[in-house]
Amino acid sequence: MKLKTTLLGKTYAFRDIKDVLAKANEVKSGDQLAGIAAETAQERVAAKVVLADLLVGDVRNAPVVPYEDDEVTRIIQDDVNERIYDSIKNMTMAELREYILDDATTTNDVRRLSRGLTSEVVAGVAKLMSNLDLMLGAKKCVVQAHCNTTIGGEGVFGTRLQPNHPTDDPDGVLAEVMEGLAYGVGDAVIGLNPVEDSVANTTRILDLFADFQDTWNVPTQCCVLAHVTTQMAAIEAGARSDLIFQSIAGSQLGNEAFAVTGRVLQDARDLMASRGGSTGPNVMYFETGQGSELSSNAHHGADQVTMEARCYGFAKRFQPFLVNTVVGFIGPEYLYDSTQVTRAGLEDHFMGKLTGVPMGCDACYTNHTKADQNDIENLAVLLVASGCNYVMGVPHGDDIMLMYQCTGYHEAESLRALFGKTAIPEFEKWMVDMELITPERKLTDRFGDASIFLTERQGAR
Amino acid sequence: MNEDDIARLVREVLADITARNAVPADAASPGEGDEAPDVTAVTTRDEFHVPHPANREGYLAMKQSTVARLGVWRAGPRYNTYSMLHFRADHATAQDAVFTDVDPGWVTGQGFIAGQSLCHSKDEFLTRPDLGRKLNDETRDLFRRELTRSTVTIMVGDGLSSSAMVNVPEILPAVKQGLQGFGIEAGPVAYVKYCRVGAMDDVGQLIGSDVVLLLIGERPGLATGESMSAYMAYQPRPDRPESWRTVVSNIYRGGTPPAEAGAHIATLLKRMLDEKISGVDLKL
Repeated sequence: MKLKTTLLGKTYAFRDIKDVLAKANEVKSGDQLAGIAAETAQERVAAKVVLADLLVGDVRNAPVVPYEDDEVTRIIQDDVNERIYDSIKNMTMAELREYILDDATTTNDVRRLSRGLTSEVVAGVAKLMSNLDLMLGAKKCVVQAHCNTTIGGEGVFGTRLQPNHPTDDPDGVLAEVMEGLAYGVGDAVIGLNPVEDSVANTTRILDLFADFQDTWNVPTQCCVLAHVTTQMAAIEAGARSDLIFQSIAGSQLGNEAFAVTGRVLQDARDLMASRGGSTGPNVMYFETGQGSELSSNAHHGADQVTMEARCYGFAKRFQPFLVNTVVGFIGPEYLYDSTQVTRAGLEDHFMGKLTGVPMGCDACYTNHTKADQNDIENLAVLLVASGCNYVMGVPHGDDIMLMYQCTGYHEAESLRALFGKTAIPEFEKWMVDMELITPERKLTDRFGDASIFLTERQGAR
Repeated sequence: MNEDDIARLVREVLADITARNAVPADAASPGEGDEAPDVTAVTTRDEFHVPHPANREGYLAMKQSTVARLGVWRAGPRYNTYSMLHFRADHATAQDAVFTDVDPGWVTGQGFIAGQSLCHSKDEFLTRPDLGRKLNDETRDLFRRELTRSTVTIMVGDGLSSSAMVNVPEILPAVKQGLQGFGIEAGPVAYVKYCRVGAMDDVGQLIGSDVVLLLIGERPGLATGESMSAYMAYQPRPDRPESWRTVVSNIYRGGTPPAEAGAHIATLLKRMLDEKISGVDLKL
């Protein structure tokens, strides 16, 4: 194993594979904060050169957190298909990158390949890719999943309707649901981040969603993003939920900071099999984001891209319907500006898809990051071009509860129009039936008018 | 200041806020006269652009249940021009609050003993929260000289919002009067540029005051650039947990009015001194 290279007359040596992975990253303020980033641009390239020459087997055998110490590592390593791994372990990382990008490599080829990869290998390939490489690579990894409807089909672009409210006021939440649906948002999920993480509140909002969904026959899935154990208690007591949500991290320690373990997630999935409101089989929803492990001091000295890839390896065990990175939420000490947020969004989407999870992205920013709505619109365009399963939709891009900005309701149809995509097929048909769009996808006068839900009932139409 | 005085002060401040926030109902539509419209004069609850809604009355009523930007209509699939400009104005407010430095002339004018954290620039401040929690050497010397040990040390820090400093001239007198009413002495006010909350622990250790109060700019939300927080702790030290701090947040004219917050803060400081605890242990 070669951990040394000479670049322009200067020799660069790296401590171990963890060090190579960290220093090969594109610039991230979080890696600098952790004190593990390359110190010069040349050192960064030297690390990429060393990484490119490593064998897939070298990288697999050097998990950034030891197998014995960490449940996430164990799940990732145990879920590798050893037959597929044996067929690729002697490829260099450079060859792996080129294999993924090769014209002759099909979607099926990449899906098979992904069963033989660990998260460190996935992250390693991402570090050797330019932004456009990440986009083309991700586009090849088509990952579909089914809950009540099927997400991730080619030519389909979904959105999460995120009707957050500073006090979880049911009237306010419902108003935001109506407005979102009137803009063709919500085919991926209608999902609320509650202010109050209680069984009573979770049940109240789930009931509200179920009632509205039944009244208007909305072909989608609904979810309240409370802690997994809160949702489980609500479901056990009879509440109807289509998905169970949880934030996850790339190490056991990071998951402990979220008060979650693999066992809890398996229990949640088993509960959904017996008490869930949806068809399935994919009933889990996970959110992630670069830097969360460092922020809870659970990164084990590893870089934030590698830790993020490990989230996807962990998520895959539970066969989720939705996984999304919340890419600009964490702040400038982890992702400094729009360049870093954009890069991270493309990395995360690619790594999720290469891992084999149905990946979406919350393209967003906080007010102390050097980014604005134009940057987030740019990222959304790049994501849809990459085949991203879904992005978020909040009223006018302004989340009044989480106090950040992301893609707005208006982006859904704008992006579908730009790329000639549709909503998830069942939802698309519902939009036509509701006369929001014509069968030729022209917007009607009803499109964008939430008050259509105040005057009529589906049965009367 | 007795309770009646505080109540009167609060009433005056609230009346002033109400007067300042009154806006014409038809604001944020094309302007009349010689001025383009003020797109920020209408609240998100009242801004409405849907030309032919199926149920106008119901729509407007529904909008009262949330400050989310609903009923904004569209140009094709894109945003209506005025709602888009309103959003941009609100984001600009937040960005200016974060990225503009507090005027050094203002700091001097307030008579503060002014120092700085280990950060050298706004960029470093935003990316290195660890450096924002420590005073630089020059400041340590200055504070050691000028901030005589007193019962209460009051600090002001820019934090993530320079715009939040607008609250200081209202909060400070209210805090000081409140403390005076209790017969508690506060020394000169310290100011820290590029300040994170943890800097109060550094000051606490350096000066040895019984309690430290830090007034600091909050991370702005959209259109709430002026929001300020007050962090307080009994004998703060860098090795104390965050839960040792008591916080009053959301202080600005649209949230907890600064004068009202000041009086409340003085009461909390008095209790910390009496009970010799702060944070979660201080039952509110």
